[in-house]
Amino acid sequence: MKLTLKVWRQVGPRVQGRYENFDVEASPDMSILELLDQVNEKLVEDGQEPIAYDSDCREGICGTCGITIDDVPHGPKRNTPTCHQHMRSFNEGATVKLEPFRSAAFPVVRDLVVDRAAMERVLMAGGHVAVNAGTAPDSDTQFSTHQAAETALDFAACIGCGGCIAACPNGAAHLFAGAKLEHFRWMVQPSFERGKRAMAVVNKIEEEFGPCSTYGECAEVCPASIPLTAVAAINKEKLRASVRSKDD
Amino acid sequence: MNINLDELRSFASDKLDANVPKGENPELLWKERRFEYKLVSPLNRKKFNVIVVGTGLAGAGVAAALGELGYKVDSFTFHDAPRRAHSVAAQGGINAGRVKKVDNDSIKRMVQDAVKGGDFRGREEDCYRLSEESVRVIDHLNAIGAPFAREYGGALATRSFGGVQVSRTYYTRGQTGQQLQVAASQALLRQVNAGSVKLWTRKEMLDLIVEDGRAQGIVVRDLVTGAITAHTAHCVVLATGGYGNVFFQSTLAKNSNPTAAWRAYKKGAYFASPCFIQFHPTALPINSPWQGKTTLMSESLRNDGRVWVPVKPDDTRDPNTIPDEERDYYLERKYPAYGNLAPRDISSRAAREQIEAGKGVGPLKNSVYLDFRDAIKAKGKKVIAENYGNLFHLYTDATGEDPYITPMRIAPGAHFAMGGLWADYNQMSNLPGLFMGGECSNNYHGANRLGANSLLSASVDGWFTLPYSVPNYLAKYLGKPVLDADAPVVREAVAKVKADEEKLIAIGGTKPPAYFHRKLGKTLYKYCGVSRSVEGLTEGIRIIRELRDEFWRDLRVLGSTNEFNQDLEKAARIADYLELAELMCVDALDRNESCGAHFREDHQTEEGEAMRDDANWQFVSAWEPGPGGTYIRHDEPLSFKHIPLATRNYK
Repeated sequence: MKLTLKVWRQVGPRVQGRYENFDVEASPDMSILELLDQVNEKLVEDGQEPIAYDSDCREGICGTCGITIDDVPHGPKRNTPTCHQHMRSFNEGATVKLEPFRSAAFPVVRDLVVDRAAMERVLMAGGHVAVNAGTAPDSDTQFSTHQAAETALDFAACIGCGGCIAACPNGAAHLFAGAKLEHFRWMVQPSFERGKRAMAVVNKIEEEFGPCSTYGECAEVCPASIPLTAVAAINKEKLRASVRSKDD
Repeated sequence: MNINLDELRSFASDKLDANVPKGENPELLWKERRFEYKLVSPLNRKKFNVIVVGTGLAGAGVAAALGELGYKVDSFTFHDAPRRAHSVAAQGGINAGRVKKVDNDSIKRMVQDAVKGGDFRGREEDCYRLSEESVRVIDHLNAIGAPFAREYGGALATRSFGGVQVSRTYYTRGQTGQQLQVAASQALLRQVNAGSVKLWTRKEMLDLIVEDGRAQGIVVRDLVTGAITAHTAHCVVLATGGYGNVFFQSTLAKNSNPTAAWRAYKKGAYFASPCFIQFHPTALPINSPWQGKTTLMSESLRNDGRVWVPVKPDDTRDPNTIPDEERDYYLERKYPAYGNLAPRDISSRAAREQIEAGKGVGPLKNSVYLDFRDAIKAKGKKVIAENYGNLFHLYTDATGEDPYITPMRIAPGAHFAMGGLWADYNQMSNLPGLFMGGECSNNYHGANRLGANSLLSASVDGWFTLPYSVPNYLAKYLGKPVLDADAPVVREAVAKVKADEEKLIAIGGTKPPAYFHRKLGKTLYKYCGVSRSVEGLTEGIRIIRELRDEFWRDLRVLGSTNEFNQDLEKAARIADYLELAELMCVDALDRNESCGAHFREDHQTEEGEAMRDDANWQFVSAWEPGPGGTYIRHDEPLSFKHIPLATRNYK
């Protein structure tokens, strides 16, 4: 199939960027990244600098890749990471727009590559458990119900891609941060810091990200299908922690 | 060009000593060794600097653990965030010898499974430590946030994995690596927040600094600005993963590479068993030349999936229309005692045998079926979804097919590297001050790794081995400052890396780096793949040398070194692949036996199984660069005092 890729090019963070068009030939079974690999090889053969984009596992688990395709972070197929968006989703002759994840929290590094360190700063503030190596109790005596384990995993499945933040009209990180709070609150030892963690995480996201108006755009693009209920965790956990005034 | 093995390699005169503790009771060796280790007072720990390269399970683990103890750690990753390390993609589970069920598991049995699974080409003493510490690994990762699957009664759930007849694999659906990696990288971030660990992202190690005969620092390139800088420390820990990506299409990530390990090799750290590469039997098949990788489908699927091919060659019928009598469930037939859970090397060779007999399925006839029909019927779709949900989703995303309805198509794909930098019992290289954790070293797994033992070995190294063995090394340097940033050896190392980067740009040829990577991968699959031969390996070496010459003549990398330049990153890694690939073939040519994943056609039994030669090859080959592009082989003899030598029989 033949298409035109309209790709954002930007040489550096403080340099003005612009769109460039490339006429390409693709196979429907190719992923968009496999197509970009081919496009880049051809560009280099023609003496032109290749398009920069982040990717790694190509399986949807590392969270490295993330291109906004036709205004949708990750691409047209819902709840699917960029690396698994296949060309069969596009029509013959279409112009497909490729941009980096757009958010004030994610400065552009080059072309389609952005800096998502803001997400790490949220995790640094509270996305962890204060247990030193070797001091954990026997995990078979730290009981968890089957359901709690499954629920915790549903929220822990977040791949840290930032698609939710890019999709949000407010640039909120509630799905990402809320998923982390929910993940930990269903687990025994992590929940000993539930209140302390909630205050730290919520304060941090309020510093760097926008407020949540429950648009729900985030849950539409999340490759790990984190439930939208995660955003409710932010207000709920902050309220609970404020009222209880305890670490747990 | 004539390739003559005797001209390519020579032998070191003395044997390698792995510093294994001596003692009668193997289950006490690790305890005894820990008592021998020197300590560093809590008041002195902040006087020591440790560099850790890599933030996967081993790297994040050791950096976090040392930071928690009070050491000053510099943690480097070439990714944008520590959570991205490829440990995140491991799927099926992590083994542990917790020995709770009545299925007759024990520490000794876990050791036996690993040693036998490795075809008696790895140290048994290491496997005792692996099994013993596995208990604390599960406890720790559970405590720091990995939501292991639970039975309805509340206890941890387990499943079985290839090469075992018990159930000792702990898991979180089919995304266990992700949960362990997220927990470990978060523990690392806790220390970054606490101030004991400094995190450097988008920084790629391009050389090791050695002075006074010990590792004292690294040279890194900032992947955003291109700046080359040096960092010095009292010791260096590499946790940089495996080199399966040398095959281009593998289960590894696009950026996974052995450059850090390879540069250490060139600075004096021996590289062991490079030809011991595991081909995972259930990877997605290669469907086209532009395919980016062979995505992994977890071995855990073989708990419930049944592997088969049509009895008739070239049978292109819809699999659901082929009745059971016309299906060959060949693993169940050939290895009744283990069936679909036969170990990986055996399963990959069995798949290859079927494919070469013309019974391969799929458009390129290069795959076999993994069928869940019977399991879905017996257990119901809900249970299957709970155990493997994300894996079925991954398969559908990648192929467009639904494994709830149609059998999965799978094929052997390059996966884990049992080979790596040679490490002694303390996880230290022959090069003092250089430590290794995880897949980048050669420990534990011998010639074939059992499934769910890699997440384990990385975690054991990071959390429960290196935090003991590294301080033991550091203790003698109390009061000594780190190597000065202005020392001549440091300035020279930085200048050399800068020059090497410029050299890649200066070639100004016509072909992008990917062209060479693809060609190299194809060559290795053909000549140093699931099955090897003397003629094939010799031809492989010849082609690799030609390809390397072509690389240095005709590589094209546009742009400059002082900017974000992904082709420059790739080119530097591929330059190293082109050298490692040759050593892999030399090692395979040198080792005149079949063992584990290293299958030499001229060394097989009548039934086509691997034929070991313990009389002549019961040792680890650890390589060092020799004069004139040759290689020197150091031998580490192996002795099995507790797990009796046996021919692996999974019938």
